[in-house]
Amino acid sequence: MNWLLDLTPDEWNAVRLSIKVATVAMLFSLPPGILIALLLARGQFWGKTLLNGLVHLPLILPPVVTGYLLLLTFGRRGPAGAFLAEHFGIVFSFRWTGAALACGVMGFPLMVRAIRLSIEAVDRRMEAAAGTLGANPLWVFATITLPLILPGLIAGAILAFAKAMGEFGATITFVSNIPNETQTLPSAIYTFTQVPGGDEGALRLTLISIVISMAALVASEVLARRVGRRMDIE
Amino acid sequence: MSVLVDISHRLSGFAIDARFESAGRLTALFGASGSGKTTLINMIAGLIRPDKGRIEVDGRVLVDTSAGIFVPKHKRRIGMVFQDARLFPHMSVASNLRYGRWFTPPAERYAGMDAVVDLLGIGPLMNRRPAKLSGGEKQRVAIGRALLASPRLLLMDEPLASLDEARKAEILPYIERLRDETKIPIVYVSHSVAEVARLASDVVMLAQGHVIASGPTEAVMQRLDLLPVEERGEGGAVLDTRVLRHDETFGMTVLGSAAGEIRVPRLAMTTGARVRVRIRARDVMIATEKPTGLSALNILPGTITAISPGEGPAVEVGIDCNGATVLARITEQSRHTLKLHLGGKVFAVVKTVSFDRANTGAGLPAEMDG
Repeated sequence: MNWLLDLTPDEWNAVRLSIKVATVAMLFSLPPGILIALLLARGQFWGKTLLNGLVHLPLILPPVVTGYLLLLTFGRRGPAGAFLAEHFGIVFSFRWTGAALACGVMGFPLMVRAIRLSIEAVDRRMEAAAGTLGANPLWVFATITLPLILPGLIAGAILAFAKAMGEFGATITFVSNIPNETQTLPSAIYTFTQVPGGDEGALRLTLISIVISMAALVASEVLARRVGRRMDIE
Repeated sequence: MSVLVDISHRLSGFAIDARFESAGRLTALFGASGSGKTTLINMIAGLIRPDKGRIEVDGRVLVDTSAGIFVPKHKRRIGMVFQDARLFPHMSVASNLRYGRWFTPPAERYAGMDAVVDLLGIGPLMNRRPAKLSGGEKQRVAIGRALLASPRLLLMDEPLASLDEARKAEILPYIERLRDETKIPIVYVSHSVAEVARLASDVVMLAQGHVIASGPTEAVMQRLDLLPVEERGEGGAVLDTRVLRHDETFGMTVLGSAAGEIRVPRLAMTTGARVRVRIRARDVMIATEKPTGLSALNILPGTITAISPGEGPAVEVGIDCNGATVLARITEQSRHTLKLHLGGKVFAVVKTVSFDRANTGAGLPAEMDG
């Protein structure tokens, strides 16, 4: 059992980094995720199909392609990357922030799908009732819509987190595989499989990755059940 | 208080063109399903924007399409009680009740929590979740929630339609109290003659998106020919009466009306209390001489003022009994045999047992004295 927890500093870093990257990716995806889900669920505008396609693109493209597109756009010399670096000092290329961006983009369609479904399930007549009681649209969203979509929100966030924990192709293409900076769990496992005698390390990290994913899944189940009980929806 | 609605609106394959004005305590929008009454009430609440027209409540313009005015629903301060209650499932009863109150400016809050909870008898429900309430309880909480937003006008969209008879009987007294003990004017949508006759001070009758009659309840409900077909059997005269005395020996209550004394099954009301009764036209017999050896207890003398054809073999006869009109539905054959004619002196005969919970209720305080 000892060999399992006896991680090298680099391995520990990979675990910590993966959790950090996945958490940041999930948290930063949530606000735009809710917004896009709202637009897709309720908006009626020209180009809705296009937006829907765009959001789902990372799901169907090979991850390498997504990673390469990110490199082109958010790389040092990419249009968005240069702009952000110059004006806000935010650099993505070959940093852990870039890994978070890649993971966020890859998990985005899953998150939007889950939130969109829960928004579509909201009884809009409840919102109308809240309006007649004096709540303006923002208050209606905060006090009625948001609490009612909470289970979907949690499901979407956990999906995005799990996807981020496992993301490999786009991350390694965009920000490479630098220990202590961009080497997440999957990249570390990949590295172990490429060197002789790395089997034990690969197995260790694989088991850890299973444990983290299971923990996230259980946490989401527990949360969703607690929210569901609080709501008592018939 | 007054409500003015003058709109025209086109829905898919259905046009509404309605104008009415009412200053009553409880104005019923009455008509068959599909007559446009729910659309109208949704327009007053601000849930539907009419194509064209004007809506005013108490002189305040809420909609005026020619001037481009459309006050959004959350700024109207108009309470709405929906047919399906629409309690927020993620909040307790207490939080539901407080919801609208929270959005009301403190200076305009006239409804007190304790008074409303007391009026509706919902004290024991406060910590429950909406899913754990019965249909009748849900509807009472929904009424309380709307009241606590201190609305200028309360709209009720068929609040009893999804309840069974027992639940209806449970809620009706609360709506009567609401009408008689608060100052909030109410607009009430219903397709039921029983509810309208019992609750309304004024009626706006709708058919196919048009107003076909409007005015005080007693007058409008006389027009049996305008009632929706499925409700015609329930139609009849509406009389406002007072409790004269109780007959404990035989378990009856004697009501005083313009038409004379009316005996009904014992009511749980005090002497002097106002009672509104609806005498269904099909429950009224006509005699040309004062009958003897008859079991029916209510025999009201009067003069025939109207005879109009009814459904099938029936004719509807209006009898003026000392100022109060009683309606009778009899067969054309009886009319022929008895040689009934306008101006003829007759007796309207009504059995005591034809009065039940559905057609006796608390009378309106204000207009009885008029």
